[in-house]
Amino acid sequence: MSVMTTPFPDAASAWKLPSRGKVAMAGLIIAESAIFTIFVVAYLFYLGKSITGPTPREVLETPVFYTICLLSSSLTIHFATKALEGNRGRLFLGLWLLTIVLGSLFLYGTGQEWRRLIYQHGLTISTNLFGTTYYSLVGLHAFHVTAGLLMLLSVAMFSLAGRMGTEQYKRAEVLSMYWHFVDAVWVVVFTVVYVLGR
Amino acid sequence: MSTNAMTIPAGNIEGRVWVDTLHQWLTTVDHKRLGLLYIAYSLLFLLVAGVEALVIRVQLMHSHNNFVSPQVFNRMFTMHGTTMIFFVIMPVLFGFGNYLVPLMIGARDMAFPRLNAFSFWLTALGGLLLYFSFLGGSGLYGAGNAPDVGWWAYAPLTARAFSPGHSSDYWTLALLVSGFGSIATGINIIATVLCMRCPGMELSRMPLLAWLYLVMSGLVLITITPLSAAQIMLLIDRYLGGHFFDAQAGGSAVLWMHFFWIFGHPEVYILIIPAFAFMSEIVPVFSRKPIFGYPVMVAATVAIGFVSMSVWAHHMFTVGMSSKSNSFFTITSMVIAVPTGIKIFNWLGTMWGGRIQFKTPMLFSIGFLFQFLIAGLTGIMQATAPFDWQLSLSYFVVAHFHYVIVGGIMFALFAAFYYWYPKMTGRMLSEALGKWHFWLFLVGFHLTFDVMHIPGLLGMPRRIYTYEPGRGWDTLNLLITIGAFLQGIAILVFVANLFLSYFKGEKAGNDPWDAWTLEWAVGSPPPGYNFASIPVVASRRPLWDEKHPEDPDSRYE
Amino acid sequence: MVGQAFSSPTNIFAPMSTPAHSILDLSLFVLAITATIFIVVSGLLLYAVVKFRTRAGAEDREPAQVYGSTQIETAWTIIPILIVVVLFLATARVIHALQDAPEPPNALDVIAIGHQYWWEFRYPKLGIVTANELHIPVSDPARPMPTFLQLLSADTDHSFWVPELAGKTDLIPNHPNRLWMDPQRTGVFLGQCAQYCGVQHAKMLLRVSVDSPDVFASWVHDQQQPSFSDARAAAGQRVFEQTACINCHTVAGTSANGRFGPDLTHLLSRATIASGAAQNTPENLRLWIQEPDSIKPASLMPAMKLSDTDLDAVVSYMETLR
Repeated sequence: MSVMTTPFPDAASAWKLPSRGKVAMAGLIIAESAIFTIFVVAYLFYLGKSITGPTPREVLETPVFYTICLLSSSLTIHFATKALEGNRGRLFLGLWLLTIVLGSLFLYGTGQEWRRLIYQHGLTISTNLFGTTYYSLVGLHAFHVTAGLLMLLSVAMFSLAGRMGTEQYKRAEVLSMYWHFVDAVWVVVFTVVYVLGR
Repeated sequence: MSTNAMTIPAGNIEGRVWVDTLHQWLTTVDHKRLGLLYIAYSLLFLLVAGVEALVIRVQLMHSHNNFVSPQVFNRMFTMHGTTMIFFVIMPVLFGFGNYLVPLMIGARDMAFPRLNAFSFWLTALGGLLLYFSFLGGSGLYGAGNAPDVGWWAYAPLTARAFSPGHSSDYWTLALLVSGFGSIATGINIIATVLCMRCPGMELSRMPLLAWLYLVMSGLVLITITPLSAAQIMLLIDRYLGGHFFDAQAGGSAVLWMHFFWIFGHPEVYILIIPAFAFMSEIVPVFSRKPIFGYPVMVAATVAIGFVSMSVWAHHMFTVGMSSKSNSFFTITSMVIAVPTGIKIFNWLGTMWGGRIQFKTPMLFSIGFLFQFLIAGLTGIMQATAPFDWQLSLSYFVVAHFHYVIVGGIMFALFAAFYYWYPKMTGRMLSEALGKWHFWLFLVGFHLTFDVMHIPGLLGMPRRIYTYEPGRGWDTLNLLITIGAFLQGIAILVFVANLFLSYFKGEKAGNDPWDAWTLEWAVGSPPPGYNFASIPVVASRRPLWDEKHPEDPDSRYE
Repeated sequence: MVGQAFSSPTNIFAPMSTPAHSILDLSLFVLAITATIFIVVSGLLLYAVVKFRTRAGAEDREPAQVYGSTQIETAWTIIPILIVVVLFLATARVIHALQDAPEPPNALDVIAIGHQYWWEFRYPKLGIVTANELHIPVSDPARPMPTFLQLLSADTDHSFWVPELAGKTDLIPNHPNRLWMDPQRTGVFLGQCAQYCGVQHAKMLLRVSVDSPDVFASWVHDQQQPSFSDARAAAGQRVFEQTACINCHTVAGTSANGRFGPDLTHLLSRATIASGAAQNTPENLRLWIQEPDSIKPASLMPAMKLSDTDLDAVVSYMETLR
């Protein structure tokens, strides 16, 4: 087994590499962004091309309150991880749970909107091009919110069991990257669907 | 392992050894074992897809042949293409990447070993799903059908109206599942390369293989995902009444084409970039010189990665895009030839002034250079859109892409097998059988794929289960078929070599080729932990520095 | 020249129409450039392999370890870029000339509709509907009379490819396309569908008959007539009208006005049936009606399951549709 001669005696200790978790999450975010981009492109491409059925202008109502909920959850999760870094476990748990509540509110809001669209306006995924692209895009986002909430819930349970100490803060940070991504996607979807699309 | 283990009577051990071995392999998270699993899996599917190719070639041997029905033929070309790309080439490349990248950067394993295992098993499941379609494609009551929509699965042929039953769904689901596996491997490779390099190995000192796998993995992240997105849309159309590609509702068949080729074109760069990586490691060693122009090779590969995202619609020149769009995709498709050509010149420059050894890996590498040059030139021909209005959808295209994939990628893969098999198994592959393999395959390859350009020029479209006599295609197709069988025999020689050399091959030792990268510093095969102590490097060729302390690379970099 | 080396009726090196000619001219230019590159680079490869091989006795000496050269890298970056610029300029001109060509007022308009697995041709200004075999007038280069095809699809994607007349263009549902040609020689030109469209993609053949002005005019006149009605074939006509035939087929002047299958008004004016899958003979016609799978398995023509008398009657009737 050969060992390299070390030209710089303390090279090993001065050697700094990025964190695996952050790089991997960045990779996942890039991949997911590509998926969302395709759905956004389809949405934009088909604007105005539905042959029949309700149009965005006729049926969409801008979900301002629930958007504020989701976007503020980015703030709460940010401060939560900072709290964990500073070893303030209870503050962390409180802010983390608040994040979950805000995210759940957003999902509830999406559900309400879909209920209204389906039962009051007869818009489903098979109604027309708008229905197909709208439910797919917003649904894909809601799916990612749900997956995020499940992960946040697991961390909450670990915290309640006393297992989320300050040494775990980096992992919480990686998870919060995902949550910020989900919020950023909503900013794009919101702009495309409720601002540009009408 | 405990040194106090009690001696177990031999009889009791034997009965349990094979189960233990199987269990070890099934639950492994070691990058080397997973690499070998990927490679073995791909070899199995290479044989299956090869048989599918031979069925195609027998049917096309002469006009109005009746070897198989049109339905079976259409399934054969769909499965051959889908299998070769997703369950042969991608797994074997991920296999080599898995095995080599950690070793070459001085790491003990990939960044996420369990994710690595998960990715492999997802890919494996995808392959099984695809082939289960032969049984389950029409639902379990019937005989079942494999997908027959071509590997691009163009809309609206894949709509429920035109593809009833579940054969298209097997295509979709198999690729969705294995696609997620590929994305996870891409993430893993990026994290490994960026976060696990040994001290001293700055990015500018990484072996080119590590660089190229980094670029390839980045491409995987933004390339496979558009296909996944389009496949989700297809499932929504087929099962939830969606209209993404439904012409009756105003949907667009062309949109599927755009989404598919936004995946499909960068995908072929995902396939070739690792082949470039193998060449960049092997050609220098057998020319006894460092790679010519390392920084340019890195820059050219990154450039290829970026430009490859802008050329996709050269697969759609006949679709009726505007003259401006066609001109745009013409120029980008020509521009990508520049960095690609630069790489060919740099390999030539590596050989120039060297001392070339014609061992089997180098024979295949020289074959690669010659054939990849030709493939690139027929690519330029198709990049000129008007010429492509004749060449597209004909056997000229089939000849071109097989020239790249077989003449380029497969040759580079064979070189990689002969080069790294000693490291993986501790035995050399037989040079004699290697030369038989090379020459048989070379002759068969050229007989098939040189000739195949001609029917395309004479008007033969692709994906036809038979053709009319009197078009002038008969003799040419017969020659092509003969070449295919020659290649098949060569592959059997190769498989025999792999198998026999495992037991009878000459022992390899750590460094049979007198090479310069870190994997040759450890045993063959390497121990589970790779390196007894993590190496520290000062140049791109750490073993050259060791062997030539009077003239180390670190002095010049 | 190259056209004669490999004898084929679908040879892209034997153009007979302006688009095919322009494509060939550009192709030869591209071929010349790529051939030159090939000769130079593979020559260098061959030279390197021979000159720099390991000589006996020199196995242990490592050659000079050269890492690169900025000048050489610059040279072999600039030269390819220049080649690309030249190629692109030549190509862009041809793209524009062929795709953006304005339609002259005297051009013949044809609408081509792709079906699984046959071609529908409509001549809107002439009131003609036919199938699979296209008749167009020859075009004198001095006074061109091109044919402009509008390409539509009734189901999946198809592609119209007659190599000696033009490059191919796809027929895509909900996405009309345009193709033009001006054949300079009379004769029959062959081609077939080039975009995989389903099981019988291979048998969706094309036959383009380029006619002299007189022959074309007489063909047009014949096609514009309603169907012949011959009293001797009345029995067959009754079978035709009372069986499912009329659901799919049209025979102008009768109650048959289905549009799912080819128009049969002038079936006997065609040399082939089933889009080129068989010669147009009474025996083949009989076989096609009774057992289409023996000619073109899984085409959308159903087996009609007629009794022998009915079958004979219908075939006799078909034989009167000149």
